Amino acid sequence: MNTLNIHVNGRPMMVKKGITVLEACHQAGIKIPTLCHLNLEEYGIVNKVASCRICVVEIENRATLVPSCAEKVYEGMHIKSDSLRAINARRNNLELLLSNHPFECLTCTKNLTCELQSLAEELNIRDISFTGKKMDYPIDHSSEAIVKDPNKCVMCRRCETMCNDVQTVGVLSGLRRGFDAVVAPAFNLDMLETSCTYCGQCVAVCPTGALTERNDVPRVWKRLSNKNYHMVVQVAPAVRVALGEMFGMAPGSISTGKIVTALRRLGFDAVFDTNFGADLTIMEEARELVHRIEEGGTLPMLTSCCPAWVKFIEHQFPDMLDVPSTCKSPQTMVGAIAKTYYAEKVNLPSKQIKVVSIMPCVAKKAESARPELSKENLHHVDYTLSTREFGHMIKEAGIEFEALPDGDFDNILGESTGAAAIFGTTGGVIEAATRTAYELLTGDPLEHIDFEELRGLEGVREATVTIGDLDLKIGIAHGLGNARKLLEDIKAGKADYHAIEIMACPGGCIGGGGQPYHHGDMSIIKARQKAIYDIDKNTPRRKSHENEMVLKLYQDYLGDPYGEKAHDLLHTCYTKGERI
Amino acid sequence: MTTIDLDYSTLDQTKLDDLTAYIDSLEHPEESLIHVLHRAQKLFGYIPYNVQFFVAKTLKIGAARVNGVVSFYSFFNEQKPGKYTISVCMGTACYVRGAEKVLQKLLEKLEINKGDVTEDGLFSVKDVRCIGACGLAPVVTVGEKVYGHATEDMALDIIDKYRGDLDGN
Repeated sequence: MNTLNIHVNGRPMMVKKGITVLEACHQAGIKIPTLCHLNLEEYGIVNKVASCRICVVEIENRATLVPSCAEKVYEGMHIKSDSLRAINARRNNLELLLSNHPFECLTCTKNLTCELQSLAEELNIRDISFTGKKMDYPIDHSSEAIVKDPNKCVMCRRCETMCNDVQTVGVLSGLRRGFDAVVAPAFNLDMLETSCTYCGQCVAVCPTGALTERNDVPRVWKRLSNKNYHMVVQVAPAVRVALGEMFGMAPGSISTGKIVTALRRLGFDAVFDTNFGADLTIMEEARELVHRIEEGGTLPMLTSCCPAWVKFIEHQFPDMLDVPSTCKSPQTMVGAIAKTYYAEKVNLPSKQIKVVSIMPCVAKKAESARPELSKENLHHVDYTLSTREFGHMIKEAGIEFEALPDGDFDNILGESTGAAAIFGTTGGVIEAATRTAYELLTGDPLEHIDFEELRGLEGVREATVTIGDLDLKIGIAHGLGNARKLLEDIKAGKADYHAIEIMACPGGCIGGGGQPYHHGDMSIIKARQKAIYDIDKNTPRRKSHENEMVLKLYQDYLGDPYGEKAHDLLHTCYTKGERI
Repeated sequence: MTTIDLDYSTLDQTKLDDLTAYIDSLEHPEESLIHVLHRAQKLFGYIPYNVQFFVAKTLKIGAARVNGVVSFYSFFNEQKPGKYTISVCMGTACYVRGAEKVLQKLLEKLEINKGDVTEDGLFSVKDVRCIGACGLAPVVTVGEKVYGHATEDMALDIIDKYRGDLDGN
């Protein structure tokens, strides 16, 4: 028998064997509040440590209440989710969690997006009967990307699940026990001293303000108000399909034009597109791949656009640093070109130009701060804001985003192709590279631009693309745990890929740690992904090497793709790290 | 910024070799963390941060996980213990029969915090979870020696006794 007969609040129903009480109640149209529970079905991982006890319900003939997220249904089970005892227990448990919580809600980064706050509202908490001893841990501001405030932690362990099971980075763990317990890196080290990749997936799933991105908004406001600086801004491909969510638009709404107008109204002098940088990346990366194939260089070549992935390989596989492409990421390429070529064009000294990036990412903040991503002691990118931070700036400025007219990016770093658009999703970078590599290797025009076999949301994918007489073997992984599997195969000599694309976040940048919170709802990621491919489809030019402004940049300034000047400005190197 | 010494090259090489040989002898080393930690504590007397880091590296697991386990179980010491470790059982039976008072008396008399070592290196005091001697609650142990039905006065006597040992009495 694969079905079970149960009762939920007195009503009989039939459910599938093996489901939890929580799922059964959901099917019965009853919402049980949860806090620590996190359903990452796409990864086959469900965080059900049952630590928060917010989802407890009564089961007939059972003395104690049970956490519905971790309890399986059985034949004849009588579930009571709406009894006074169950409701009171849930309220009590929440009050206990709140009893030592710092009530900084009004100034907390998570204000109005905090799940603890929503629960307090949902469970109708009007006063808290307990007074707990407040924690007094130092706030970890050590990194450029992530801020960790243990005082706001409710020990739900979602971040641990992400860091250990999904990303296999292994930086965060529960330390000590009882009231002294805290989630932290080994030996309570500062985040900066660890092998944290700053992927920000812990931030993406943290229900409270215990893990947040560093707030760079005040710094950007300050620079914008200083008329001595020429403020340049760029927007990543995944931002335009997600930002609208912060303004009530449906997931997957494309708001490129509104974003451009909003940035102009915020006072930026030049509004550029990271997609231009993506096309530029492909010009270099496709050529690097062809070079490695033809000259017998290291294969596979791995993409290098994702800074969390770069940090991952540096710390976890330090003896494999010859496999990633040496190409800088699109955001740093745009920064590098803005402070050189563009600076010359507008006749300004590089130091007078400040580059701000709007990124779906938390790790991009740390990337911008990497010392080697600079020229003459000037960082290519000065400030990196997440999609969320950008949304907050728009709100602060009182701009009605939904009503904005569309604007166009400034030239020449505003032109882009469909190949650049798909950089925002898993599989996109390698598809873009393949489109260009095909024409480079064969000299023939590519007829079928859509490489459907490279698309999708499966954790690890592979495909073989026939280019002339070469069968180009491609691997794709998103999520660092999946990346680890691929790397271990390569290390063991079990994989014979030519090229591999890796993105650290689920779905790629569309599921980035800096995107509007999706609270584990993968349908949002799917909607964003669809929008990305729609942009590609509706862009007149869809191959990076057909971007006329990129070609003009090479003609006017860089010389040959993968040439000497391009190397100086657009390529980088990696540093061995330690795993801790 | 915290600075923590994780350099394990300064550790006793013979002991490290012993630990490595033990790890190599295990069928599934990465799943035997607790066994490895017991061995480490037996070898070094306690499990300082650099030993934990060494274990993480050798087992190829995250240092955070190792540190999480070491700091969770009261049996493991992260700091060098005193010559005598006085353990007070804080299991439920001992707790309700006054273990907390005994613990406080010890800490007060020795002028240390829980987990710390006295300046002369003689004593360290810690609380432990149920040691399975509930019939004797509250229970205090010093090394292998068990003191049942402990009181605050007994706590002072225990300190005197072991101080006396040092003086050659």
